[in-house]
Amino acid sequence: MEQLKRLEALTATIPAEQAEDVREAIVGELFKKSRQLCSDAVKVTDRKLLYRSERLDRIFTSKLWGFPIMLAMLGAIFYLTIAGANVPSSMLASFFGWIEGYLTMAFQAIHAPDWLHGILILGLFRGTAWVISVMLPPMAIFFPVFALLENYGYLPRVAFNLDRLFKKTGAHGKQSLTMAMGFGCNAAAIMSTRIIESPRERMLAILTNNFVPCNGRWPTLILLASLFMAAGFSGGTQTLVTASVVMGMVLIGVVVTLTVSWGLSKTALKGIPSHYTLELPPYRKPKILNTILRATLDKTIYVLRRAVIVAAPAGVLTWILANIYIGDSSILIHFVQFLDPFARALGLDGFILMAFIIGLPANEIVLPILLMGYLATGSLTEVTDMFALKQIFLDQGWTWLTALNMMLFSLLHYPCGTTLVNIWKETKSAKWTFLSFAIPTAIAIGVTFLVAQVARALGWV
Amino acid sequence: MDETKHRQHLHQAALGEQFLIEQVDIHGEHKRRLLDLGFVPGAVIEVLKASPLGDPISYRVAGTVIALRKEESELIWGKVMTS
Amino acid sequence: MRTYTIALAGNPNTGKSTLFNALTGLKQHTGNWSGKTVNLARGYYEYQDTRFQFIDLPGTYSLFSNSADEEVARDYIIFEKPDVTLLVLDSTALERSLNLALQVLEMTDRVIVCLNLMDEAKKKGIKIDARKLAKDLGVPVIPISARNNEGLDILSEQLLLMCTGQTTTMPYRMKYNEEMEAQIARLESELRDIFGSEYPARWLAIRLLDGDQKLIATLKSRLSASQKGGITFGTAKALGSSNSHHSC
Repeated sequence: MEQLKRLEALTATIPAEQAEDVREAIVGELFKKSRQLCSDAVKVTDRKLLYRSERLDRIFTSKLWGFPIMLAMLGAIFYLTIAGANVPSSMLASFFGWIEGYLTMAFQAIHAPDWLHGILILGLFRGTAWVISVMLPPMAIFFPVFALLENYGYLPRVAFNLDRLFKKTGAHGKQSLTMAMGFGCNAAAIMSTRIIESPRERMLAILTNNFVPCNGRWPTLILLASLFMAAGFSGGTQTLVTASVVMGMVLIGVVVTLTVSWGLSKTALKGIPSHYTLELPPYRKPKILNTILRATLDKTIYVLRRAVIVAAPAGVLTWILANIYIGDSSILIHFVQFLDPFARALGLDGFILMAFIIGLPANEIVLPILLMGYLATGSLTEVTDMFALKQIFLDQGWTWLTALNMMLFSLLHYPCGTTLVNIWKETKSAKWTFLSFAIPTAIAIGVTFLVAQVARALGWV
Repeated sequence: MDETKHRQHLHQAALGEQFLIEQVDIHGEHKRRLLDLGFVPGAVIEVLKASPLGDPISYRVAGTVIALRKEESELIWGKVMTS
Repeated sequence: MRTYTIALAGNPNTGKSTLFNALTGLKQHTGNWSGKTVNLARGYYEYQDTRFQFIDLPGTYSLFSNSADEEVARDYIIFEKPDVTLLVLDSTALERSLNLALQVLEMTDRVIVCLNLMDEAKKKGIKIDARKLAKDLGVPVIPISARNNEGLDILSEQLLLMCTGQTTTMPYRMKYNEEMEAQIARLESELRDIFGSEYPARWLAIRLLDGDQKLIATLKSRLSASQKGGITFGTAKALGSSNSHHSC
């Protein structure tokens, strides 16, 4: 132990209080040397070229244009995603329908029992096929486009533009980056909050990330917006109206994020904003093909895989619940009837609330479960025909209020199972994990209740 | 009090001005972070641009661009360089 | 075939991962090192019948253990002793990159510097005299553009030369003010006495003056482990990391 003792004796001779000055002296000398090395070896031929990034910043972060450009970019991404995903989505859906026909024939050929066909084809296969055809096309567009913007260097500018708002609510400007990540996947965004160094601000980012709609919720928002809000329009205008409604939802999410951050800063997470530095790296033209390939491999495939893993068993579970009868109705229907009175007060119905509850593992299965319930056939239907789909909703007594409140509930409700697991992993705290579930849920219930009561009181529905 | 009259903090420097850092009056982890980014005594930095809402402000430091909030820049002391 | 270990170090956003991807392609996996929460990506690359194992250290602004990332990057260089530490510098922000480079040069002799993003620097009208820089730093300096696959051949050649001991370096060592130098000198000789040539004594002395408690704790635990016979100096097996390290 002699070496250990000597090391201890040696460290004892160093006064701890000088450490900060020593560090300052060390780093000061390091930068002095760096500057000297640079002035010896680096020549700048053209100042104008050197400061190109700063000139671009004068546009992208300008008082006048900063915010309009930001909104336009966001809108453009949504528009591209919605417009581009339509056709491939229905192509995939009919492709899976075509395969299903053959699978069903195969089951009949081997005289498989009905329940087996039910579980495997109507539950498992349809559930998975739905998730892939609804989610893959928008993700295959959204993630690469987003990665291009990220690699170009635009995202830190968003954090720069918005920081003042976040600061006022006691949060960190980098929260806008983790929110942007949340558009893709909230679970991944929870991991990305590591870029916020200070624990208090990081917790704010974790607790509010859910108010940004992720890919699993987009299909719900887009579908309901186009069926109920943009129904009176056609063609390109329809896509535009749909994109605007979805963007409106996003803005509501942002307002809620800021409000909740502010509320938490005043209560459970008191404290002054701390530790703020934000780097604005130079704009760089991204390698387009490379970026698309990487984003597809790292993000799209990853999120899709996760969704399929969750969707497959949920499809099976829903089929079982809908096909086991107690008395004269299925377990699913009993559950729905139990939820119905409360759900009505929120402007929803029992089926919708049931779908959100069973959909806890993954948001992308909420809509398929809902349809499964409505049709009482106990299996998912294809959604290739939009008219048929809207008719299903109308038959169940839907109004624009039902659609709006389902969108609001989807936007504001508790995070999905994977996200909750990640929050637990990152915070290691039962209290904060519970709050990350309870706060959004309370807000979702409160907002939908308020909207429903006001709309009814004013006689709008 | 006399001393502070002559000294200026970074937030007092106007856009486009150069600023010589003399002292970083922030402590602990945050100071170490600022040092690593080049906010060190002896460094000359340039005030670049304010965010659309006025705060934060971006600075050119060690060949990079870093944005600081008012709360931080008011604790970085030194003097505006007259060029 | 021998495998050499190359650690990639650099600031965030300097294209370090781009270089890592360009060299190792899809032959990668990520894993944890020595129980830390930070994941390190590993990848393999073959050049002229030699196998290189690349370790993509976390991108950091310094190596002072302000954060878990910095601690992992720092500990890897000191305790794992990679055959070469490959510093990836941002040619468009050389001043800040060099700050990190100077820190690494205090830790090890086996350093190669790449000036990445040379294409961007050219676009911005920045000209860097790599030869002058190499002379000043005392280690090889190679301009590259990882995303355009430029300069990677020269880099590979240089890696091979250094791994096989055909390059000698004379790394620039930082000098500090008189008062600090006096304290460094006192600590350095003591530390050399305690650790022999296992760790760079001057660097350790500076870290001690800087009050780096995490490093001191790590050193102590390694010392007591070695006395129990767990770690013998010179190998790094007990860190549970690269078992393929230096194997055939």
